[in-house]
Amino acid sequence: MLDVVIIGGGVVGCATAREISRYDLKTVLLEKTADICNGQSKANTAIIHGGYDAKPGTLKAKYNMLGNVMFDKICTELDVPYEWNTSLVVSLHPEDDEMIETLLEQGKTNGCPGVRIIEHDELLQLEPNLNPNVCKALLVPTGGIVCPYELTQAFAENAASNGVEFVRNAKVTNVEKIEGGWRVTSSAGVYEAKAVVNCAGLYSDEINNMVSERKLEIQPRRGEYYIVDKKYKDYFHATIFPCPSKMGKGILVARTIDGTVLLGPTAEDIDDKADTRTTAFGQAKALDGAHKYWEKIPTRDFITNFSGLRAHCVTTNDFVIGEPDDAPMFFNAAGIESPGLTSSPAIAEHLATEIASKLDARENASFNPIRKGIPKFREMTKEERAEAIKANPDFAKIVCRCETVTEAEIREAIRRPVGARTVDGIKRRTRAGMGRCQAGFCTPRVVEILCEELGLDPTEVTKFGGDSRLIEGHLFKEAE
Amino acid sequence: MQSKDILIIGGGPAGLAAAVAAYEAGARDILILEREGSLGGILKQCIHNGFGLHTFKEELTGPEYAQRYVDKVAEYKIAYQRDTMVIDVTPDKVVTCVSKENGLEQFQAKALILAMGCRERPRGSIGTPGWRCAGVYTAGTAQKFVNLEGLMPGKKCLILGSGDIGLIMARRMTFMGAEVVGCVELMPYSAGLKRNIVQCLNDYDIPLYLSHTVTDIAGKERLEGVTIAEVDEKLKPIEGTEKYFECDTLLLSVGLIPENELTNMAGIEMFPFTSGAVVDENLQTSADGVFACGNVLHVHDLVDFVSQESAKAGKHAWEYVQGELSRSEKKVSVEMGKGVNAIVPQHVNAELSEPLTIMFRPRDVYKDAVIKVKAGETELLSKKKRVMAPAEMESLLITPEKLAACGDIDKITVSVEV
Amino acid sequence: MIKKELTCIGCPMGCQLTATLEDDGSFISVEGFTCPIGEKYGKEECTNPTRMVTALAHAVGSKTPLSVKTSKPIDKAKIFDCLAEIAKVDVKTPVHIGDVIISGVCGTDVNIIATKELN
Repeated sequence: MLDVVIIGGGVVGCATAREISRYDLKTVLLEKTADICNGQSKANTAIIHGGYDAKPGTLKAKYNMLGNVMFDKICTELDVPYEWNTSLVVSLHPEDDEMIETLLEQGKTNGCPGVRIIEHDELLQLEPNLNPNVCKALLVPTGGIVCPYELTQAFAENAASNGVEFVRNAKVTNVEKIEGGWRVTSSAGVYEAKAVVNCAGLYSDEINNMVSERKLEIQPRRGEYYIVDKKYKDYFHATIFPCPSKMGKGILVARTIDGTVLLGPTAEDIDDKADTRTTAFGQAKALDGAHKYWEKIPTRDFITNFSGLRAHCVTTNDFVIGEPDDAPMFFNAAGIESPGLTSSPAIAEHLATEIASKLDARENASFNPIRKGIPKFREMTKEERAEAIKANPDFAKIVCRCETVTEAEIREAIRRPVGARTVDGIKRRTRAGMGRCQAGFCTPRVVEILCEELGLDPTEVTKFGGDSRLIEGHLFKEAE
Repeated sequence: MQSKDILIIGGGPAGLAAAVAAYEAGARDILILEREGSLGGILKQCIHNGFGLHTFKEELTGPEYAQRYVDKVAEYKIAYQRDTMVIDVTPDKVVTCVSKENGLEQFQAKALILAMGCRERPRGSIGTPGWRCAGVYTAGTAQKFVNLEGLMPGKKCLILGSGDIGLIMARRMTFMGAEVVGCVELMPYSAGLKRNIVQCLNDYDIPLYLSHTVTDIAGKERLEGVTIAEVDEKLKPIEGTEKYFECDTLLLSVGLIPENELTNMAGIEMFPFTSGAVVDENLQTSADGVFACGNVLHVHDLVDFVSQESAKAGKHAWEYVQGELSRSEKKVSVEMGKGVNAIVPQHVNAELSEPLTIMFRPRDVYKDAVIKVKAGETELLSKKKRVMAPAEMESLLITPEKLAACGDIDKITVSVEV
Repeated sequence: MIKKELTCIGCPMGCQLTATLEDDGSFISVEGFTCPIGEKYGKEECTNPTRMVTALAHAVGSKTPLSVKTSKPIDKAKIFDCLAEIAKVDVKTPVHIGDVIISGVCGTDVNIIATKELN
C-alpha cells in the first residue's frame, strides 16, 4: 500500500507532491490529462497576489498571505522566474474611491505590508501609459508576477527527483474506503494508499463527493484573455486591477514575467467543466474592460487569445482545505481559484505537514530542495551562449524563432523528470510556439523532435493528449 | 570577428538574387547565412508551377526556380552557411549567428542585406473564437508537412482566407486525396490571384464564400467542425447566416507579415503600412549600408518581383561597399495619397541615378481608375488601369529626368483617381 | 445548346464569360470578354482545356517526397488519372530536375518529370 495518492497535477497537486517528498512517504500523483499543468494552472493571470482582496477570516485570505511570503524562497530554490512588480487597484470614478478605502482597510486587516492609497498624479508618474482618466489607486507593494507553468513544472520535477511517482493520463473514476486507507481507481490502474489528497481543481467536488457526505459543488467560471505581443513588455510596470466585483477581481492589464501583456479575464459561469472555448462576446468584453486602463490598445499586436476556467466553490465561496469530518485521511484542496497560485505553496505545506504527522512519517533524509530550470538560451549573454553551444551543439539550432528556443532546450524538456510528451507540453516548458507566429514555424520541427526522443510516428504526436492528433497520415505507405 | 564585404541574411529567393547580382556587379567577398538545411527558402515547399514567367520567360515550379539561383551561387562559388541562425544584428552591421558546425560566430559586414522573408498570420492574430483544438494550421505549415515531409495534416478541410497559399493548398489537399469543403474570405473580393481562384477552386468545385468568416471552431481535442457566417459592411458576422461544415482541419491563409525581428533589433526605422523597413530607392534602410529586399521589406505577389528587387539591393550594396553609393543631403518623401497603401520606397534621394520604381497596393478594388504621381502641381506620371485590387501590387517607373525637371521639391504623392 | 460560365484569368478584371456550346459540347461562341485575351481564353477553355499538374511522388528511402510536374499541360479531364499514376511509382534516388519519372502518362505524349534535386 502506498502512503499517499495525490489526485490532480495542477499547481496545488504538484506543490503538495513536493512538500510531501520532504518526508519518507511513498507517493503517487495521478493526473487526468496527458500532462501536468493542463487545467486552471496553465490558464490564469499569473499573479502573486498581495492579499488585500480576500475577505478577512477566509481561507483565501489566510493562505494568500502565507503563500505570498514563501515565493522568494521557493522561486530561488526551484529556479522559477518571478518579480515583485507591485499591484495597483485603480479607480475610474470618484464613487469607486470608497471601494479603494475598503480594500485598504481589508489589506491592512489581512496583514499586507505597505499598502497605501496613491493619488492621480503619483499614479500617472508610476504608470505614465495608464489612461489619464483614472482617479486614484491602492498600491500593493507585495503584488508580484510569476510564470505559472514553470512554477508547476518545477514543483513536479523537484517532487519527482525526490521520489514522487507521476502518472499521467490517469483519470480517477472512483475513490473508496478500504481497510487502513483508500482505493483509488483510475484509467491508469488501481492505487491503494493510506492518505488521499484531492487537488482535482474543477473536479475537486466530484472527487470529494465520492467519499464524503459533506457535498461540494464547483461552478466553472470562465475567463477569457487576450495576449499582447512582448514588444509592450515595458508599457506597464505594475499589474493593473480594476475595482473588484462579486464575480472576481475584474479585467486586468497584467504584464507577464515573459514580457507579454494579458488583458482579462472576463467572468462567466458556464455548465461544462471542459469548455475552454473563446467567444466573440468574451473577447469583446475583455477588450472593453482593459480599454478603461489602456486607452489605445494595439489590437494589431494581439498574438492570441485563450480562456481559463476557475473552480469556484459555490458551497463555501472559499477554499476547502483539509479532511471532511466523515472522511479521515482524505484531504481536500478543493475549490481552489484565485488566489490559488499564490496560496499553493502554503496549502501544500499545510497538507504535507498534517499528513506526515498523521502517518507518523520520518523526514526524507535525501530530500534536495534545489531544482534547476532548463537553461534559457534567450536569456544568456554572448559568452554564455558560446559556452553552451560548445558543451552541447544542440544549443546552436534555434527551433522557435519568435522566442529563441533551441533544440537543446526542447530535448531537455522531454528528457526531464515528468518531461514533455506533447507539443503543448514542450510549449509550456520552453515557450517554443508561444510567440507571435504561434507555432507556425516550429511545429513541424517540434513534432520531429518528439518523434526522435520518444520513438513515436508523427501520427501519434498530439497537441495535448487524447485525440488531439496533429497528423492524419502518411502520403506514402512505406513511410508508415 | 570576421569581416565580409557583403553579408546576406536569408538564403531564400531574395537573398539568392541579391547575392547573384552583387557578384555580377563585381563583389566577391559575399556570405549568405541560411537558417535551414538548404538554400531556397519558402520556394522549396512551393512545388506548384507559375514561377519565373518574368525572370526566365518560362513557367517553373518553386524548387526549379530556386535551383536556377542555387546553380548560379555554385557557379560563382558564392559562400553560404546552412543551418545558421542569425540572433543579433547591430546598426553598425555586426551580425551574430549560431550553427552546430561553427558555434557562435560574429561578422562585421561592410554592407548588410536583410532578406529574411515573411511568415503567416496565425489564428491568434485574427482572434477566431472557439475551441483550441488540434487541426488548425496556417496554410504554409500544412504545405511544409505535405510537400516536404509527406505527412497529411487532415482528410477534410476548410480554408479561411483566400490568399494564394490557401488556394494552392486547397488544390494540393484535393490532389492528395483530402476533401476541401470550402474557402472562406472575409472581404467581398479574393486576396489571391484570379488564376488561382479558377485553377485551384473552380476546377475542383470548391465553393468560395466571399464576405464570410469563421465564427466558431468545434472539437475538444481534434477539430470536428467549423461554423462560418456572412459579414456585414463593417465585417461583423450577421446573425442567422451561420453554416456549419463538418471537417477535421482548418487551414488559415489570412495574410503574411514581414519577419523583422532582426531589423527591429538593429533599431532600423520601420514603416507601419508595409511592416517592413523604411527604405530609399536604393533599398537602403535608415542604417547606413543596411539594405532590405524581398518579403521582409514588403509582401510581394510574385517571386519574380522579389528577385528583381533583391538584385537591385545586391547591386547597390556593392556600390555602397565601394563608396559609390551616396545619399543626397536632401530627401524627397514618397507619400501615399488617396487609394494607395503600402508604398515602397518611402523616400528617395533628390538626385536619382537610375529610373525610380515605386510599388504600392491599392486600398480597395478600383475599376477604370487612374494612378497619378504628382510633385506639387506637376504631374510626373498618369497611368490608366482597367482594374486594380489589393491582391495585386502596382509598380510605376519614373525617370530621373522627370524628377529633376520638377526642381526643388519635398515630396511626391501617389494617388488613385476613380 | 449549352451555356457555360467561365471566369477569365487573363488579368485581375476576372471578366465573367458565357460560352455557348452545341449539345455535343462543340464550341459555338463566347461572350462577356472585354479584350482579345478573354476571347482566346474562353474558346480554349471550351475546346481544349488543359492544366499543368504538379504532384508528389514516393522516393524510395527518402523522408521527403519527390516533387514532379507534367512536361506540358495535360487534358484537364485526365488530372486525377495522372495523379493516380504518379501515386503508384517508387522513384529511386538520386534524382535530378528534369529526369523523366513517367514517360507518356495516361497514354498521352506528356511526361512526368522531377522538379527537385534529391540525392
